[in-house]
Amino acid sequence: MNLTLKVWRQKNENTRGKFHTYEAKDISEDMSFLEMLDVVNDEITRKGEDPIYFDHDCREGICGMCSLYINGRPHGPKEQITTCQLHMRSFHDGQTIVIEPWRAAAFPVLKDLAVDRSAFDRIQQAGGYISVNTGGTPDANIIPIPKVKADEAFNSATCIGCGACVAACKNSSAMLFVGAKVAQFAVLPQGQAERKERAQAMVDQMDKEGFGSCTNTGACEAECPVGISLSNIATLNREYLGAKIIKEVEVH
Amino acid sequence: MSRFNQLFSSTIGKKLIMSLTGIFLSLFLVVHLVGNLQLFKSDGGLAFNEYAYFMTHFAPIKAISYLLYATFIVHALYSLIITYRNRKARPIAYASYNGAANSTWNSRNMGLLGTIILIFLVTHMSNFWYQYHWGDVPYVEYTTNIQTGETSVRDIPAAEFHDFVKYIEDGSEIMIAKDLYKEVNFSFQSWYLVVFYVLAMVALGFHLAHGFKSAFQTLGFDHNRYAPLIRAIGFWIFGILIPLLFAAMPLYSFFVVNS
Ligand code: HEM
Ligand code: SF4
Ligand code: FES
Repeated sequence: MNLTLKVWRQKNENTRGKFHTYEAKDISEDMSFLEMLDVVNDEITRKGEDPIYFDHDCREGICGMCSLYINGRPHGPKEQITTCQLHMRSFHDGQTIVIEPWRAAAFPVLKDLAVDRSAFDRIQQAGGYISVNTGGTPDANIIPIPKVKADEAFNSATCIGCGACVAACKNSSAMLFVGAKVAQFAVLPQGQAERKERAQAMVDQMDKEGFGSCTNTGACEAECPVGISLSNIATLNREYLGAKIIKEVEVH
Repeated sequence: MSRFNQLFSSTIGKKLIMSLTGIFLSLFLVVHLVGNLQLFKSDGGLAFNEYAYFMTHFAPIKAISYLLYATFIVHALYSLIITYRNRKARPIAYASYNGAANSTWNSRNMGLLGTIILIFLVTHMSNFWYQYHWGDVPYVEYTTNIQTGETSVRDIPAAEFHDFVKYIEDGSEIMIAKDLYKEVNFSFQSWYLVVFYVLAMVALGFHLAHGFKSAFQTLGFDHNRYAPLIRAIGFWIFGILIPLLFAAMPLYSFFVVNS
């Protein structure tokens, strides 16, 4: 199949970008979207030009590194997949595909289609952990956890930190990501000690990074590749408001 | 001092204000609707005019009405503050954007819908609220025969009116009041005001079809049995039934009372 690509090209954080048009010729519909870009890049490189820069790593939907806002949606037209799992059979011959980077003040463009998602790392560092003493390996089932709680925590823990929720949200809100990271510990006994502090510290950092607030449109849930649900946002609201209004634990 | 941010400087704290003011306004709508349903009575406005007097002169209700005005202002002000921040969070818009693929239109346009409601409110208040308190309103006297229940209605000149009264004399109940009922029906003689009211109610329906359930999600309410109930109430009662009944009032006035 042959396609027309409108790709956002931007030299670095400090320059203004613009769209460039490329023709993608003889693309197999069994290729992944990233493989299609590899083919296009091959040709660009052969012409002696700068290839299109995009993020990727595992190429099997587990690392969260690939991004791309494709024809108006993060990770393209399919539900619950990452861009590396998107295949060219989801497009038709002769189609024009617009490819943009995630757009958010908190995710500045590094180059072309790659954005800096370290805002997520800083939110994690603010409280997305539990403090444990190192030592001998503890017995696996020493803390009894009901199956439903374990499953709930595990569902939240499947978040791969891709940022599609931010990209999809009209407010560039990170509530789904932060919700998943807070909810994951809130239901487990191991998470209780730092529970009140965690919610406050992570929300503070989220606000400091410049993400918007949540209008509950549900765009994040619909576009999340691993199906993190809006329940996680309700949990985050509960955890945060509970910590603020009922009891604000202060250690220092 | 805490090492954490204050509640209301956070995004979630600001949404808490939106949510609480939004729920209070939604409750007000229910009260306002129930009272105004008396416009549908064919009693020459007796019940409606008595209700209008009660709502503007009973002290606890007066206090709540001031709280209500403040709530409107806080809700609109915070929607502005929140929307400003949300806009700033995406300085460069997408060239190709398919919001319909992942969210409802009304959830993405709460600010626009709210602005329409705000414009409506200003019109609505100056039409009726201002007129009732400080404008020129006609006056009316109702004489109801207690035995037969028959009511006769008589317009009275401003000179004869001193204050709202209701008393019994010679087997009849007499009520003298400001005739807001007539004022309402007078206003709805103009078809463009009727159209404007109906359109504003459509906007209100869209605003609340998303807003009501959203307010509960903001509070963290996520009960597996009752959250779906809240969503259903938000859509069917606040999104459809209440705006429909409100919209029926100018239509009833235009097509039934005035014709
Ligand atoms: C004065 C005019 C109004 C404006 C400008 C306005 C604006 C808004 C905006 C922008 C939001 C979304 C906030 C966000 O993005 O998070 C919102 C939410 C809401 N509004 Fe309004 N609105 C107005 C009037 C009303 C009225 C009259 C009602 C109810 C009778 C109402 C009920 C709600 C509710 C329940 C929410 C949901 C709160 C939440 O998401 O947590 N609004 N409003
Ligand atoms: S919540 Fe979903 S969309 Fe958001 S970062 Fe995690 S995996 Fe990606
Ligand atoms: S490259 Fe790892 S998820 Fe797509």
